[in-house]
Amino acid sequence: MRNITFVGLLTIAAAVVFAAMLWVHNGYVFFAGYVVLQYIVLATAWNILGGYTGYVNFGVAAFFACGAYSTVALDKIWAPPLIVLILVGGVVSGIIGLGTGYLTLRLRGTFFGIATLALAVVAQTLITNWSFVGGSRGAYIIRPEHAPFLPLDYIQYLCLWMLILSVASLATARAIEHSRLGVGFATIRDDELAAEASGVPTLRLKLIATVLSGAFMGMAGAPLPYYVTYLDPSSGFSLSYAVNTIAMPLIGGTSSWLGPLIGAVLLGTLQQVATVTISSALSLLIVGLMLVGFVVVAPNGIIGWFAPVTRTRMRRLRGSR
Amino acid sequence: MTDAPLLEITGVGKRFGGFIALADIELAVQQGERVGLVGPNGSGKSTLVNCICGTLRNETGSVRFGGHWLDGMKAHERTRLGLARSFQLPRPFATMTLAENLRVPILYAVNVRNGHTMTDIETRCDELLRMVGLLDKAHRLPRDLTQIEMRKLELARAMASEPRLLISDEAMAGLSHGEVDDILALLLKLNEQGVTIIMIEHIMRAVLAFSQRLVVLVAGRKIADGDPQAVVRQSDVVEAYLGS
Repeated sequence: MRNITFVGLLTIAAAVVFAAMLWVHNGYVFFAGYVVLQYIVLATAWNILGGYTGYVNFGVAAFFACGAYSTVALDKIWAPPLIVLILVGGVVSGIIGLGTGYLTLRLRGTFFGIATLALAVVAQTLITNWSFVGGSRGAYIIRPEHAPFLPLDYIQYLCLWMLILSVASLATARAIEHSRLGVGFATIRDDELAAEASGVPTLRLKLIATVLSGAFMGMAGAPLPYYVTYLDPSSGFSLSYAVNTIAMPLIGGTSSWLGPLIGAVLLGTLQQVATVTISSALSLLIVGLMLVGFVVVAPNGIIGWFAPVTRTRMRRLRGSR
Repeated sequence: MTDAPLLEITGVGKRFGGFIALADIELAVQQGERVGLVGPNGSGKSTLVNCICGTLRNETGSVRFGGHWLDGMKAHERTRLGLARSFQLPRPFATMTLAENLRVPILYAVNVRNGHTMTDIETRCDELLRMVGLLDKAHRLPRDLTQIEMRKLELARAMASEPRLLISDEAMAGLSHGEVDDILALLLKLNEQGVTIIMIEHIMRAVLAFSQRLVVLVAGRKIADGDPQAVVRQSDVVEAYLGS
């Protein structure tokens, strides 16, 4: 399927989802839906670096919260339209991704993971000591009542933007997968030395991955202050963002754009249901239990169950040429 | 007047802490030549290959290939210039099929020089797999291959980058007599197609059958360079291999 066709189908699916949410006519659907969609963007963004190139990023909260705090800072100066805030959040976190890449991409495996975790701690310390954005006290953001130009509540408007970001991130991930860039990413994941020897510019590709991944995480974080209306460093940099974001692609499968989508919808929805029916503290327990369960029964994620079937079918098709 | 060598190594040295891995290595390889590079374990053969290919940086001296100075150049840039290597231990891209493994150098090394269509790429992959006898396994994963097939894949992937110089790093290690002959025939065929080859090997039967010139390294130093039959009779070469 061509990329343009895929984007068209994804847009139609997103429109149907949004129409269904409006049809349900329940405010909570948008509150919960926003979180699930936010995790689709985060999980897809994480997978661009972690799944495609094999570099595990534990510093999700840093990229996400920097996007959110860029909104807080801009809101204090000028309060621009949401699209500008999202773009600025993406640029800020993309630049952080570039810096992180330059500083850490010569590290491999666990060492890279620890370096990204340290990045989150450094960023949180900086924000905690930056009084302009509220410092350790946190910052209040006044959420407008209604969306500009559209007959929607602001929460519905935020949800719409998160849906657009989900489409954008999924389309980007799939386009990468089916491109020369995706082949290059896969070689880095499989064997970096052999990749270089095959002509793959590994450092440049890793920087592209960190920038893209960071930018989408920043964009996912940018609308957050309007969603929560109060943001402090401990909630913005919460470890749960990293845990959820890593767990979702692992549960869904990291080899394809579909994995993070399945993982985010499954885990995000379960967490939202558990939050309202049992307890909010239970949501992280669910993540832990599911992660352990999937590591045992589906080490390649949910799409891993179907991959052998797909691969055999593909080979049969190729063999019949 | 002789042509400029394809590969020219002058005064290359490399240390690992206090250990001298390579000291003042001089070597020139002409276009189309078949050079055997031998030496006991730890003599610096793989370190020299790594310095030529950009995996390691030489601390002294310089490497010139096809008229380009390679010092400071990254490994992938050297591959794009036409310098390919196979690894001592095969390093296939494990999640990719054999055809996909070969597509990588075509996409990243060859297409940078001269653009190919997807059909060209498929045809080239098929040609390479047919050449090494793996066409029937084109859509299998490397884990399904035997040891010799893995070595052949390694050579085919190196050839996919359309190199002018191929460095084969112990492609015959651990293979049976017949399998060694298979790889030897393959390397000779590649040389007939115009590819200059440096073969690093421990199997002297294969080295002598293959090489037009033999270079011997011992403890990071070049101790012999010349006609293979003459080199293997040299007293210091015999001593390095058999002891005094």
